[in-house]
Amino acid sequence: MAYQFSQESEKRFQRLIPQFPSKRSLILPCLFLLQTDKGFVDTEGMQYIADRIGAPVSLAQVHGVATFYTMYNKKPVGKLHIQICANISCYLAGSDSITEHVCSKLGIKKGETTKDKKYTVDEVQCLGACGFGPVAQINDKYYENLTPESIEKILSELEKEG
Amino acid sequence: MGLKTLLTTHIGAGDSHTLKHYQSVGGYESLKKAISEMTAEQIVNDVKNSGLRGRGGAGFPTGNKWGFIPKTEKPKYLICNGDEGEPGTFKDRMLLERFPHMLIEGMIIAAKAIDSHQGYIYIRGEFHKGIRIVETAVEEAYKAGLLGKNVLGLGYDFDLAVYSGAGAYICGEESALINSLEGRRGHPRLKPPFPAVSGLYACPTVVNNVETFCNVPHIIRMTGEEYKKIGTEKSPGTRLFAVSGHVKKPGIYEVEMGTPMKELIYDICGGIKNDKSLKAVIPGGSSSPILTAEEAMTATMDYESIASLKSMLGSGAVIILSEETDLVETTYRLAEFYSHESCGQCTPCREGTHWVKDLLHKIKVGEGTEKDVELIFSLSRNMEGGTTICPLADACVMAVRPTMTKFKEEFSLRLKKEVSVSH
Repeated sequence: MAYQFSQESEKRFQRLIPQFPSKRSLILPCLFLLQTDKGFVDTEGMQYIADRIGAPVSLAQVHGVATFYTMYNKKPVGKLHIQICANISCYLAGSDSITEHVCSKLGIKKGETTKDKKYTVDEVQCLGACGFGPVAQINDKYYENLTPESIEKILSELEKEG
Repeated sequence: MGLKTLLTTHIGAGDSHTLKHYQSVGGYESLKKAISEMTAEQIVNDVKNSGLRGRGGAGFPTGNKWGFIPKTEKPKYLICNGDEGEPGTFKDRMLLERFPHMLIEGMIIAAKAIDSHQGYIYIRGEFHKGIRIVETAVEEAYKAGLLGKNVLGLGYDFDLAVYSGAGAYICGEESALINSLEGRRGHPRLKPPFPAVSGLYACPTVVNNVETFCNVPHIIRMTGEEYKKIGTEKSPGTRLFAVSGHVKKPGIYEVEMGTPMKELIYDICGGIKNDKSLKAVIPGGSSSPILTAEEAMTATMDYESIASLKSMLGSGAVIILSEETDLVETTYRLAEFYSHESCGQCTPCREGTHWVKDLLHKIKVGEGTEKDVELIFSLSRNMEGGTTICPLADACVMAVRPTMTKFKEEFSLRLKKEVSVSH
């Protein structure tokens, strides 16, 4: 069956409509709804967004927006998306050792996903939590003041939670 | 001078983000005063008298910015810039998570000042927790009659919505943020026209930072004249400084403007980690030119003092670098950031940031030569001073060149020893 917003996303979409005088403003939030539903943004979903918003928004415009912003996953990511900040303050606090530790533990390189599709590790630019580095964002949550031991514990707890 | 709280007085309360707590400590009283007792002009004048300067980075006088909004029939829009992304900066996230109602109150007062009936809070997408908390606070405010039709029953209408960014540092630049809110790529716009004349949906628009709006209820409560007595004459008020790096107690500290940097680092933040000596300070976010330890010890935390050292107070992010810091590596990381975040519109930025990053990488791994250093300086001259639409390329230059100048020796040591070939 062709993609359409989940029930929850449809509700959010309806709430968004009256907030903006221009329909085009709906593109960014709609891409997040698509990503919540599917885990990433694909052409089918982007076409659906363009159709739902309607003219003058086209697939090309939705695609142009999706490819500009880093938070839209253009390909599937693991169930746990581990994004480790590598910018100045986190680097000074030792973020490199966290990245190395996580990658070697999972047997993958930065930017890769494990074969079982459970984990993706990415190095990202500043996460805006500079006083509490090293910081990682795992899915929607921040984890601060990390050590190799603490991130290992966090990951094993997240895995247990399923 | 030193620690002084206006915005963060109730930071210790576990429920400071709730309407109940905010009202229990006098929250929304300033809104009542502004809506029932003051005209729009009086609000603008009070903010002008307070001397409040934008807390986002540029430090532009807030009251003046509001005063630029023309009196037209067009809708006027009010936007809160919560797209905090400058490396080293992490103060607005705290305000969003702990004091969302202070922000909302400040925005409603600002809305009346410019006759706006629709506002948006644009928050960087990674701040999921902050977004959820602010959305809940907005819902609470609607239910309590503080937002929507007939605010507080006093005849003013104001709607407010939360908008999530999607991971683009450039959207912190106000015209790029406006494009993003319009559902476009976050490309900065050519100015003029400035947003005050043609901003969101081509209508007059004011964009202010989170911390800036949070100061507004305090100014209205205590009057602009009284507010101006805090801090220094040209930099009034308090400022949230986000301190990170090699310091014993990193964190966010609210201090009176004009507090000596030495006091902030050694008394308030406990000094340098592992009792090492101080090598340098980046005083206002990653794009503010670096200060040597000697310069830092003479600085006070206000716009003028830092500017006199040819740097900027910027976004209030203070990054402390101890004697153990590898400045070649840190400079490379910053160049990598600007290269990654360039929106690609202007050639000097798109090409320049990338090229500078690559040259710094060569130097970092011991493959650089004097010619590479010269090339960085030559490139940087073409990336600054108005060659691009927005200041991202300038920011890259400011993060790189002063460090390479002031700490030349450290870079020279990494250069590959060029071998002269005899024929």
